Amino acid sequence: MGYLKKIQYNCKQATFLIEKRMISRLTFREMIELRIHLAGCSVCVLYGKQSRIINKMAFQLLHNFLPSEIKLDDNFKQEMQERIDEALNKN
Amino acid sequence: MSLDSPLINPHQWVSAHADYLYAYAIKRISDKELAQDLVQETFLAALQKVQNFEGRSSERTWLTAILKNKIIDVYRKKSSGLTIEIKAAEHEQQDFFEPNGHWNPGNSPKSFGIEHNDALLNKEFNQILQKCMQKLPALWMAVFTMKHIDDEDTHIICAELKVTPSNFWVIIHRAKLNLRACLQKNWI
Repeated sequence: MGYLKKIQYNCKQATFLIEKRMISRLTFREMIELRIHLAGCSVCVLYGKQSRIINKMAFQLLHNFLPSEIKLDDNFKQEMQERIDEALNKN
Repeated sequence: MSLDSPLINPHQWVSAHADYLYAYAIKRISDKELAQDLVQETFLAALQKVQNFEGRSSERTWLTAILKNKIIDVYRKKSSGLTIEIKAAEHEQQDFFEPNGHWNPGNSPKSFGIEHNDALLNKEFNQILQKCMQKLPALWMAVFTMKHIDDEDTHIICAELKVTPSNFWVIIHRAKLNLRACLQKNWI
């Protein structure tokens, strides 16, 4: 297989580079390889789009919880404060 | 900084910060009991260090930093099976791609409705996303969370989780392939 054909076939490498690009800079060679691949591969273009959206959604999911949605058990809290007070009195 | 400082008041810690810290922990380790314990350990560790609190950050920020270190410790302990996980990852990769690197026809990405609408507005989708994230191996989840949610520096993540840079990229790639496939499978 020729060099160009290899790049065009290698979706595994292309998706790897898509992930890398979202976090750090690609080398010049990597950038060219990814462009060549994406020019002919609509599946990987779709992957890239979905991957970006997934990052955004995962971020929102963990940052947007309303504070009231997650609460500690009241008894546990009370015991915890007692333990803290106890430790404070010792000092 | 002394205990009498208006900036820090351990007598109010639980009522002021416990729920916040618990929510912070549960989102990152999804284990209720462990999250509870970590919150308690955070307060007790903070008491020991209260003299070092310089008031440069808020009380909550300071407590969160202590909790965060404890969470990283948990990640680190869970990631002791690293080489096995990486090997399994490399092996599983064959499910997604054929030997020449082309998408395996059964697993290739298809449009599944997150591309145009804001799927997060849908409660059911929210739950699927959470479940798919929890299915990731502990170390992948740790790397994914530290990178994409807390936006930590890559070098710091590698150092704290004792992961080599090349393994870091394998994990990031692998975690996303799995997460994406899981969403596609469960949301279509």
